[in-house]
Amino acid sequence: MKKRTSVWKSLRAGLGTGLVLLVVAYGFQITKVNLTELRSEQRQGSLRRVIRALSRPDILAYEKEERSATAPLYVPCPGEGGLDVLPPPDTSGPYLVVSPACAAPGESVQVEGFNFYPNAGGPLRFVPGRDPTNPVALGNDIVATDGEGYFIATTVLPDRPSDGVQYVRATVRRNIGLPQLTETAHNTWDKIIETVFMALLATALGTVLAIPLSFLAARNLMVSVRSPLASISLTILGWPMGIVLGFLAVRWVGTVSAPLASSVPANIAAIALSPLGCWLALRWALPQEELVPAALPIRIARPLVLIVAVLAGLFGLSQLAALAMNIGLSLQQVLGSFAFLGNFLFQLGEILRITTPVLGALAAGGAVSSLLGRFGQRGAERMSTRGVKLFNLILAAAAGATIFGLLGLLIEALYEVGRPEYTLWWPLAIGAAAGLLLAVFTKAKDTLPNGLVIYSVTRTFLNALRSVEALVMAIVFVIAVGIGPFAGVMALGLHTIVSLGKLYSEQVESILPGPMEAVEATGATRLQTIIYAVVPQIIPPYISYTMYRWDINVRMSTIIGFVGGGGIGFLLQQNINLLNYRAAAAQMLAIAVVVAAMDYVSSYMRQKVV
Amino acid sequence: MLDNPGERPPASSKRFWGSQTMLQVSNLTKIYEGGVKALDRVSFEVPDGQLLAIIGLSGSGKSTLLRCINRLVEPTQGKILWNGEDITAATPDEMRRIRRRFGMVFQHFNLVHRSPVLTNVLAGRLGYVNPAWSLLNRFPREDVEKAMRQLERVGIADKAHERADELSGGQQQRVGIARALMQDPEMILADEPVASLDPVLAHSIMKHLEEINKQDGVTVLCSLHFLDLVHRYADRVIALNEGQLVFEGLPEEIDDQKFKDIYGRDAERVG
Repeated sequence: MKKRTSVWKSLRAGLGTGLVLLVVAYGFQITKVNLTELRSEQRQGSLRRVIRALSRPDILAYEKEERSATAPLYVPCPGEGGLDVLPPPDTSGPYLVVSPACAAPGESVQVEGFNFYPNAGGPLRFVPGRDPTNPVALGNDIVATDGEGYFIATTVLPDRPSDGVQYVRATVRRNIGLPQLTETAHNTWDKIIETVFMALLATALGTVLAIPLSFLAARNLMVSVRSPLASISLTILGWPMGIVLGFLAVRWVGTVSAPLASSVPANIAAIALSPLGCWLALRWALPQEELVPAALPIRIARPLVLIVAVLAGLFGLSQLAALAMNIGLSLQQVLGSFAFLGNFLFQLGEILRITTPVLGALAAGGAVSSLLGRFGQRGAERMSTRGVKLFNLILAAAAGATIFGLLGLLIEALYEVGRPEYTLWWPLAIGAAAGLLLAVFTKAKDTLPNGLVIYSVTRTFLNALRSVEALVMAIVFVIAVGIGPFAGVMALGLHTIVSLGKLYSEQVESILPGPMEAVEATGATRLQTIIYAVVPQIIPPYISYTMYRWDINVRMSTIIGFVGGGGIGFLLQQNINLLNYRAAAAQMLAIAVVVAAMDYVSSYMRQKVV
Repeated sequence: MLDNPGERPPASSKRFWGSQTMLQVSNLTKIYEGGVKALDRVSFEVPDGQLLAIIGLSGSGKSTLLRCINRLVEPTQGKILWNGEDITAATPDEMRRIRRRFGMVFQHFNLVHRSPVLTNVLAGRLGYVNPAWSLLNRFPREDVEKAMRQLERVGIADKAHERADELSGGQQQRVGIARALMQDPEMILADEPVASLDPVLAHSIMKHLEEINKQDGVTVLCSLHFLDLVHRYADRVIALNEGQLVFEGLPEEIDDQKFKDIYGRDAERVG
């Protein structure tokens, strides 16, 4: 019995090994492994040249001065008397003596140089008489002078026969002063700074947006979220309604605040007053602790006051944006070399102005949908079963129609079908039918796992986007916002959001359940539970993942320039394409230094913070 | 200190003191996903102000029972009435209002390790404060003062600003008790509160629970492992075995035969 298993086992092991070998062999075939190519003389020569260039990054260089001298000669020797025409060399400066003064192509001549810089070197060239702009290297091209500025070299003449006079030219260069940073080094410095800041900005942007996503993609938080169908339907209906309302509200506030925006004092007054008003309204409308529910008029007044507070807040924000832009503009003119601070302020104002409507619309969407959702929840709890069923049927149909209608609009926008019956009416009908079916087959007061649906959708979204490399995203963003670092930041930022979202959510899934249970047991809401029991637990891994991502972003931003996304990659690619390997080496060195430095910085910070 | 139940002071002016039934559990059944029957038609009553011990082997359903009472675990069947209100039928909003009157103490303390002790204690107030403000970590000043008073009461006021995981086990459990006290509880559910502590600490924690029970008149449901603790602190005992209620009575009534019914034939008394 025992023996048989061992035979079986070794058979299996043998089969396994054979299979692995087969796969590896096929891999050789597919990837065209070809080592003879390595041995080719020409390839080895190129490789040596490239590696040598790479090992001498173009960072520091001396300023040079040079002396050159030219000596005539005939290739091949002309008829009798031809040699007498050659003038004797001018011995006051550097000069060359070629002996013999004529030779056939392929024969050797001796070249002596006098009065050059001592202990220096430079190229020795053959200058054809017919084509003087295209000199030919002689021998190994380099001559070296001794202490008196003399050199002697024996060299083979090239196959460039001519009747007329031809020349040999020696150029000897020497360094002056101390080595200076080259043009390449300056460019590399500019671009590596750009690269680091691209990575920084992308990481910051990505982290901020990845955190909320990560909660939606955490199974342990979402699996217990269940709501009655009426509540879910109203939530779905609430989003578009709220977004439209919020957008309109922000636009209205914008038109109201526009006249004030141009005058700085009015600006400042508005910025000072609106948070105060907002704060007071919030304090009144959101009592800190209320053991006895307030009277009905107060309960009605509160949401109204909240709306006023939000409008005041939006007003303050739009004023703040205007002020930042005003001050930024004037600072830009005043500050001189610190004008970038003014520009920063201006851009912040611009960002605020652009994001306020979006944030306002999203916030309003969230508020309206959660309000309607609560309404639906209450309704489902209090109404009779038949009433709830009726409501479910109506609301689910409307919600389904909304979802499918919006999808239809998206399809219309992407594919330009141009036939509303396909992209509008049919989707509306199908959505309504799906909603109705769901409502028919769900017991009226049953809860549905909407948390799990949100979880799956978020997960799918994260996984789908994560599989698109940042480099590919950059191509899209280059088209959207133009070539330059901003496109790179957007691409890296988006990729950071989705990949951090996934990493974060896995951290949320691995927290200790005990504290969550304890906080839940105090009667805390779900959001409170997240803030008090989940967030403190995930801070260390979040910080460490963010650092890790920063590291990745620095490395990614070095190559995102390959597709026009800004940063050092653009320079690197250009120099590689121009076969300018010494410059490329300078950029590679810069990347290596930055990546290593980031690694040290992040490990130091991790030690300090986590 | 107050041995005679009749002399217990009224817990709150709204309620009568004495033998009014506070908690009624009837036919409570919990079947977990996968078919494990953790509770099997358990019925019992807890009068106002009693310290009830729940005993039984590990896995006998004690934790599930306690968690069904505040619906951290959703019961499969049965009814739980609390002052006449049906907990099992409560809507999520109602459930949160009920939960905030049930303090809960856990075997592994379940503190948020990285948060300061004070924040952990204040978390007990989350059911009362306005969610919007608490999200910004803003608590009313009275609540912060109250939290400090609770920490003083359990004797660790000096640790208020330390991280919770820097405290020893006994201190952590006191934080857990302070957190439960922040809820102004009418009932405390204690799930093996002393099982991770040494005997000396176990007595000190049990004394805190006893004091809360006898002085404040808070009903305490406490699952325990050691019979000497049961004898020393409990007013009444119920015992579970494989999800079924196998004993209900006074601690003194647990004789050798009853002991074997509860813990199985091969068990021996250790304490």
